[in-house]
Amino acid sequence: MTATEIIIGLSGVIAAAAPVVFATIGETISERAGVINLSINGTILLSAMASFAIAVRTDNLVLGFLMGMAVGALVALIVSFTSITLMQSQVAVGYVMTLMARDTAYFLGNPFVGLSGPRVPAFKIPLLGDIPVLGPILFDQDIMTYLSILAIIVAWWWIYKTRPGMMIQGVGERPSAAFARGANVKRVRYIYALVGGTLVGLAGPTYSLSIKAGWKGTISGLDGFGWIALALTIFGGWDPLRGAAGAYLFALLQWLGLVLQPVLPGIPSQVMRVAPFPLMILTLLLVGIGNTEWVNRTLAGLPDDARIFISRTLRFLQVRPPTALGEHFERE
Amino acid sequence: MKRVLQGLKSLSFPAVTVLLALGFTTLVLLTTDASPWQAYKTLAIGGAGSLRQVMNVVVAWIPLLIVSMGLLVTFAAGLWNIGIEGQIILGAIFATGVLRYFQDTMAPPGLAIFLAILAGALGGALWAALAGVLKTYGGVNEIFGGLGLDFVATAIVLWLIFGPWKRPGIGSMSGTEPFQESLWLPMFPDSRLSPWSLLIGLASIGLIFFLLRGTYFGLKLKAVGQNARAAGRMGIPTNLYMMFAFIVCGALGGLAGSLQVTAVYHRLIPSISSNYGWLGLMVAMLVNYRTIWAALAALFFAFLNIASVRLPLVLKVDSSLSGVIQGSLVLFALMASGARNRWLRGDEERSS
Repeated sequence: MTATEIIIGLSGVIAAAAPVVFATIGETISERAGVINLSINGTILLSAMASFAIAVRTDNLVLGFLMGMAVGALVALIVSFTSITLMQSQVAVGYVMTLMARDTAYFLGNPFVGLSGPRVPAFKIPLLGDIPVLGPILFDQDIMTYLSILAIIVAWWWIYKTRPGMMIQGVGERPSAAFARGANVKRVRYIYALVGGTLVGLAGPTYSLSIKAGWKGTISGLDGFGWIALALTIFGGWDPLRGAAGAYLFALLQWLGLVLQPVLPGIPSQVMRVAPFPLMILTLLLVGIGNTEWVNRTLAGLPDDARIFISRTLRFLQVRPPTALGEHFERE
Repeated sequence: MKRVLQGLKSLSFPAVTVLLALGFTTLVLLTTDASPWQAYKTLAIGGAGSLRQVMNVVVAWIPLLIVSMGLLVTFAAGLWNIGIEGQIILGAIFATGVLRYFQDTMAPPGLAIFLAILAGALGGALWAALAGVLKTYGGVNEIFGGLGLDFVATAIVLWLIFGPWKRPGIGSMSGTEPFQESLWLPMFPDSRLSPWSLLIGLASIGLIFFLLRGTYFGLKLKAVGQNARAAGRMGIPTNLYMMFAFIVCGALGGLAGSLQVTAVYHRLIPSISSNYGWLGLMVAMLVNYRTIWAALAALFFAFLNIASVRLPLVLKVDSSLSGVIQGSLVLFALMASGARNRWLRGDEERSS
């Protein structure tokens, strides 16, 4: 493999991660405020289909992306309304919406299957794009890829560095304390669930109008990315930077899988395609096992040096969800 | 008078749910070229137009019913067993393995089929136990553990069909070589409906109804589901109860998978689970986890699945309409249940 091929490959990894980044950052924001939006696998499919349909009909990419965002926000609104206002289980309504959005996408997308539509053009950033190695990898992408990187930075800055952003953590961790300090818990949750859903809604068109342009119905190959993004949110410990790192790692591994396939002919392609999922279980196991009772019990019985080493490793990997994640909030 | 009003109130929510779902589906249909009226008519004919269609609905009902019954157990323990899809698949794989072993032997076919079904239940239970161990001892939420295992199960089935178990010549998406007829579950003439499957399906209703309503065990399971921490403080071994719920549900899922092999397809196909696992979760949610109602809801969902098969042929619209109807029913049922709680609470506050 030549250096040029590696650079092209890595540039592809950054682009392929873009929709997963949008979805992971969106979900992270929503869950930080305490709202699990389990629907995002379906939302990505529906937003991909709807934005492609609009872009084909109007020949306007911007309208396409707006449509995707609107779909994401609408699904998030349904999830929020049913869980925050009507106090139903977030997991339940999210699960229904993931199936319903998927089937609606397949049903309404039927007439658009296989049509050719507009596609986001590449845009090389002047000067930066000419830097050797880094230029072609980072700065010779399309605008959605740049936006995905921007989304990571803005989300991180907003959550950790701004006053209103701090409120997200309060609402997701200790809603009653936040309420006592005058926060409108339900409204804050609505807002961040909707903002998060809008970002998730960008993931669909980033596929259907950019990296996997078009709509092919059930064989579009988009089914599954939403679940990956949900797992990455946990893997990232509800932190935008760590979650995004997970998304790039995921895209990198997928690329490696493609590259390595000719080297490992014994593994059928169907198996390669699902490889991310056992990997997902494994990573969740790594970040979750430190929370279990038996591990802590076993650790307590180990000799000191072994215990310290293992618990340090586990604590490095370990993640803890926002305390009030998935819980209803009701004023006392 | 007051009682009549109360009765009307309790009836009004399901009625509103159905009307809203119908309204939403009609809205979706209006965006296509097909007329909603034609679509509903096609569905009615497709699901109940002939004895043959009705039998097909029952054929689809049986696995969905068994799976839904299993899911009621995991739901009772407060678990989202999304891994059910993979558990069905593993059941089908285990059953196929046993039948392949007995093919072309002198073993009595009845015994072979019996062992295949038993192995199916075992396969599903093992796959569920894996999700359960990940949950209880690995700290992996059952939604993601189960989901990952679903995809792994799909990969295994594809690998078997295109690899070790491929048809003579070249493997294909049409599945493995069909079994000899003596290894099929006996069926009603001219149909794929087996009285044995039907019997097992009906028995699963009784079993789960009894387990959840009539046993001390079911009571404790529900205590775990309501509040695992409190149940643990009361001395209930919560992890053990959760594992048990997983295993019962997985066994039923695997049973459904093995029946798809022995009674319906007579071979292993890539889509052997037919999404009945995903759908079973919706069935249980639609009826708020009540056993008898779940059996009826499963029948209706099976009807929609079979009925929608004709949609692309007759109206050139996609058969995923059934999913739109099922999804909107469950969504509006959830909303209605939330609205009812708010309303009733409002009533109480006013009267007190």
